[in-house]
Amino acid sequence: MSIPLLWFLILAALLFSIGLFGVLTRRNAVAILLGIELMLNAVNINLVAFWRYSNPAQMAGQAFAVIVFAVAAAEVAVGLALIISVYRRRKTVVADEIDLMRW
Amino acid sequence: MTAEQILFLVAGVLLLVSAVCVVTTRNLLHAALWLVAALFGVAVLFALLRANFLVVVQIVVYIGAIAILFIFAVMLTRRELRDTGRQTRKSWWLVALIVVFISVGLVLVAFGIPDAGRLPAEMPQDLDTVSRLGESLVTGQEYLLPFEVASVLLLAALVGAVYAASTSSKKD
Repeated sequence: MSIPLLWFLILAALLFSIGLFGVLTRRNAVAILLGIELMLNAVNINLVAFWRYSNPAQMAGQAFAVIVFAVAAAEVAVGLALIISVYRRRKTVVADEIDLMRW
Repeated sequence: MTAEQILFLVAGVLLLVSAVCVVTTRNLLHAALWLVAALFGVAVLFALLRANFLVVVQIVVYIGAIAILFIFAVMLTRRELRDTGRQTRKSWWLVALIVVFISVGLVLVAFGIPDAGRLPAEMPQDLDTVSRLGESLVTGQEYLLPFEVASVLLLAALVGAVYAASTSSKKD
C-alpha cells in the first residue's frame, strides 16, 4: 500500500472538525447526534489507521474500534429514545427549548 | 499516483463533501441520507486499511442499523423547523472560526507525530485478521473483559431506550 499515514490522520482531523461544527451549530437535537456520529467515525479511522501502520498482528486498534461501534450504537439508541420521549411531551426537538432542569 | 492513492482521494473527497452536507442541509431527512454516504466513505477507508471485519460491521451496523434509526427518528419528530425557522444558531460563524482553529491544530498534531509520512509494512501473508480479531476478543489475556463490558453496556442501553421511548408510561 502506498498511502502515507499522514493522509489518514489529516482526513480524520477534518472529519472530526466538521462533526464538531455540526454539534455546536445545529439547533435540532437529532442533527446534533448526526454530528456526534461523524466525530466517532473520525476516531475510528484514526484507530484503524494506527493499527495498520504499527504491528497488524496486535489487534488493539481493531478491538478498540469494535468497542467504539458498540458505544456508538448504545449512544444513538438512548439519545434518539430520549429525543422522541421529549418530543412527545413537549412537542419540540430544539435543544435550547429542552430546559426542564434549568433553574 | 497509484490506484490506491486515487481511491483514497476519491473516497476522502466523497466523505468530506457528504459530511459537510450532513451538518449544513436544511432538510434533516436529506442530512440522514448524506450520513449514509459519509459512512460508506469510511467503509472504503477501512477496506483500504485491510480491516475486513470492520468494513462489514460498518455497512451492516452503521448503515444498516444506526442510519436507519436516524431516519426513523427524523420521521417521528419532523414537521417543525423543516421549512420555517433557523436550523443553525445565530453565532455559527464564530463556531466556524473556532472549528477552523481546532482543525488546524489537529493537523499540526498529526504532522508532529514521529515518522508520520511512513508507509505501512506489507501485510504478513499468513495473518488472517478476522480470525485473529475474533480470538483476541474472547481471550482472557487480551480483550475479553472490555468486550463483555461493551455487551452489558449495549444491553442496558437498549433496555433503557425501549423504556424511555415506550408509549405506555403511566402518566404522560
